[in-house]
Amino acid sequence: MFDNFPLWPDRASSTAGNVDALYIFLLIVSGLMTLLIFAAVVYFAARYRRRPGVPAEQIEGSIPLELTWSIIPLGVFLVIFAWGAVVYFKSRTPPRDATEVYVVAKQWMWKLEHAEGQREINELHVPVGRDVKLIMTSQDVIHSFYVPAFRMKQDVLPGRYTVEWFRATKPGTYHLFCAEYCGTQHSGMIGSIIVMEPAQYEAWMSGGSTGPLSATGEKIFAELGCVTCHRADSQGRGPSLQGVFGKPVLLEDGRTVTADENYVRESILDPGAKVVNGFKPVMPTFQGLVSEEQLNALVAYVKSLSNAGSGGMKANAAAVAVPNPAPVKGSQVNQ
Amino acid sequence: MPMPNGPQGERENYLNKEYGAISWLFTTDHKRIALLYLMSITFFFFIGGFFALLIRLELLTPVGDLVQADTYNKLFTMHGMVMVFFFLIPSIPAVLGNFLVPMMIGAKDLAFPRINLLSWYLYIIGGAMMLHCMLTGGVDTGWTFYTPFSTAFTNTKIVEAGLAIFVAGFSSILTGLNFVVTIHRMRAPGMTWSRLPLFIWAHYATSIIQILGTPVIAITIVLVAVERTLHLGIFDPRLGGDPLLFQHLFWFYSHPAVYIMILPSMGVVTEIFACFSRKRIFGYSFVALSSIAIAVFGFLVWAHHMFVAGISVYAALVFSLLSYAVAVPSAVKVFNWTATLYKGSIRYDAPMLYAFGFLGLFTIGGLTGLFLAALGIDVHVTDTYFVVAHFHYIMVGGALMGYLGGLHFWWPKISGRLYPEGWARLAALIVFLGFNLTFFPQFILGYMGMPRRYYQYPQEFQVLNVLSTAGATVLGVGYLLPMIYFLWSMRYGKPAPDNPWNAAGLEWQTSSPPTTFNFEHEPVVTWEAYNYEELDAPHKEEVPVAR
Repeated sequence: MFDNFPLWPDRASSTAGNVDALYIFLLIVSGLMTLLIFAAVVYFAARYRRRPGVPAEQIEGSIPLELTWSIIPLGVFLVIFAWGAVVYFKSRTPPRDATEVYVVAKQWMWKLEHAEGQREINELHVPVGRDVKLIMTSQDVIHSFYVPAFRMKQDVLPGRYTVEWFRATKPGTYHLFCAEYCGTQHSGMIGSIIVMEPAQYEAWMSGGSTGPLSATGEKIFAELGCVTCHRADSQGRGPSLQGVFGKPVLLEDGRTVTADENYVRESILDPGAKVVNGFKPVMPTFQGLVSEEQLNALVAYVKSLSNAGSGGMKANAAAVAVPNPAPVKGSQVNQ
Repeated sequence: MPMPNGPQGERENYLNKEYGAISWLFTTDHKRIALLYLMSITFFFFIGGFFALLIRLELLTPVGDLVQADTYNKLFTMHGMVMVFFFLIPSIPAVLGNFLVPMMIGAKDLAFPRINLLSWYLYIIGGAMMLHCMLTGGVDTGWTFYTPFSTAFTNTKIVEAGLAIFVAGFSSILTGLNFVVTIHRMRAPGMTWSRLPLFIWAHYATSIIQILGTPVIAITIVLVAVERTLHLGIFDPRLGGDPLLFQHLFWFYSHPAVYIMILPSMGVVTEIFACFSRKRIFGYSFVALSSIAIAVFGFLVWAHHMFVAGISVYAALVFSLLSYAVAVPSAVKVFNWTATLYKGSIRYDAPMLYAFGFLGLFTIGGLTGLFLAALGIDVHVTDTYFVVAHFHYIMVGGALMGYLGGLHFWWPKISGRLYPEGWARLAALIVFLGFNLTFFPQFILGYMGMPRRYYQYPQEFQVLNVLSTAGATVLGVGYLLPMIYFLWSMRYGKPAPDNPWNAAGLEWQTSSPPTTFNFEHEPVVTWEAYNYEELDAPHKEEVPVAR
């Protein structure tokens, strides 16, 4: 029991150090505050214990003191707030050129698909030193993608995408936990993040891909007939999707939205919700016709049509040359 | 249950005035209703505690071996629901508040005695529904009922449990309403707002939350039931709903609910600190207004439970800032209690030991709240054992220590008997040590990354879990002791004098136990709260007595 008894989690991402630094600062601040209060209480309790003939001295209170111990803590709190906000903003803003991995959560497993096409279950292989962005959705209830060694957690919701990112800094195998209670096997919905040296990672990547995700998406795009309206030459009944991703889109009702993953997703499942200016709401819904994985592929394809959707284009170009389809990798299904 | 005879033999009081079940079940005496509540919430406390014990036993080993996964999930769900809705929320207000609010302000009873009885019946009906739900299968969603798991994916008794909480919620609303009206309308002549004991201020603030917050959880429960039974899309995205809407509604009540638990406890320890240091409270008006500030700010911080749930980073920023705002009045209270000790004349009777315990545990609970309100750290520790430890320090370390302290402090008044002081001090010590052993390791577990609601866990978390389970058994002993010696004292305890602590406050100026109408004559108040200087003045035997 005692042979494996660490008291501090692994620190394996670029964010982890920032979180730990703030945590240590807070440990010191709250340690000092605790010490101050406990010392005062213990001292007063001993020094002013009841003695016959020594009555208590009545004190009304003191406005300067009240202000002191309101304003100084408030100042300290604001410092903690600001520091915490900075760490949070950094950890919530994915770098533009991050490698993308699509995550689909379901009771009780994690399905992951690299933009390059590799698929994994309950395991994610990533190289050290590269920014990785996870685009996540759930097939059923709310889950949460939590990697303690990366100090990174984000709930995974049904019906929309949530995003988180990390840059692993230390090779090794780290816990992946589901952190939002999701039913019977919640504590079994665990897996591993395997951080590899770049060379090893390239070797791993070269095996087993069914082609890049965006290529899969292109195929589905054709099969579902999307291509008949969303033509590249903007003569179709729907808007052309060339270069749209990541750009602002003017809607019929005058609003402007950014064409991000959630917008593309919504436009496929609920096309009437945000119709592009100048077009008619004629597109049928694909709710129930496409799986979460197919949706991810479609999003990756739309992304690949745009320069802004960084990872997709490169992946597309790079991976077309890898035509050997292979079975799902690392499919060691849990439980 | 056997009620003690009046300790002064023939003197009539609220306990010996009438006997028999009918005289209790149809009573409108706030003191008798308080005792009805005391018995019922103690019952639920031990049920919830039993679940906690099973949870800790299961977590003794990393593998799931004591119970099935589904059983474990039901255990922590029902532990949470029973402790939150059927013990902590009613605990101090419905027992000590019911007993003391009228007496402290010099009134004969609450403003609506029959509504007071109704609120107990609603609690009992809700409690019976909850028991029935637990005995016929229970619920496995966690006490948080997150959608769409609760509305579409679990086949346990969601609607039944929800309705039980719905009914019990009305009990809470009615108690709050009764207190607000009573405090406004029934104060004795001369009992101005600035002369009110701070216990009353704390209960006033609590009542505001109960009245304004509880209807929101009631509405939320109805919406969950509607979606679950009629499949109207409210929270489930497959039906066009929004699962985050549920979380907003749930926490809009459930965060302020924490203040329903902790504010009355703060009121209790304020009275204890004053009495056992023989002093007026340092900065009376700051302590009073900080209760109101907590109640108001408490409504504006709910989304700090949702920093990783998928809300916008800007919303997270605002809620983080507001969470720090609510920390200031809590800190102000701690500093004022500490300053009250300065130049006091301090005794270490059991109530004071519980109050010291409260101060220590609440300080740690409050400071770890600063960690969770810091956005960057919350991402890592939310939904881990860090959160579990934090809220137990507040809700058990804080609220329950205050409740036990208050029960000891007013026990002579309530029962007319003295509890055994030595045992009580021992119990206070055991509870304090057992509590820290149980929950402090969980902070470390949380930062290590152990998620909450895990039935099995990786090997490296075992040592800390074993420590926690060991602590829980100590804590269990600490909670059983008062139960035993309080019952013992009702029959064998020494008769209590009217004012065994020589405490300030109108409740100590009546007999122990009081008569049905509390005071023989309506008191007229000409002094401030905590007039310990006059009480202890050597030339006087007694302060001006109202009765």
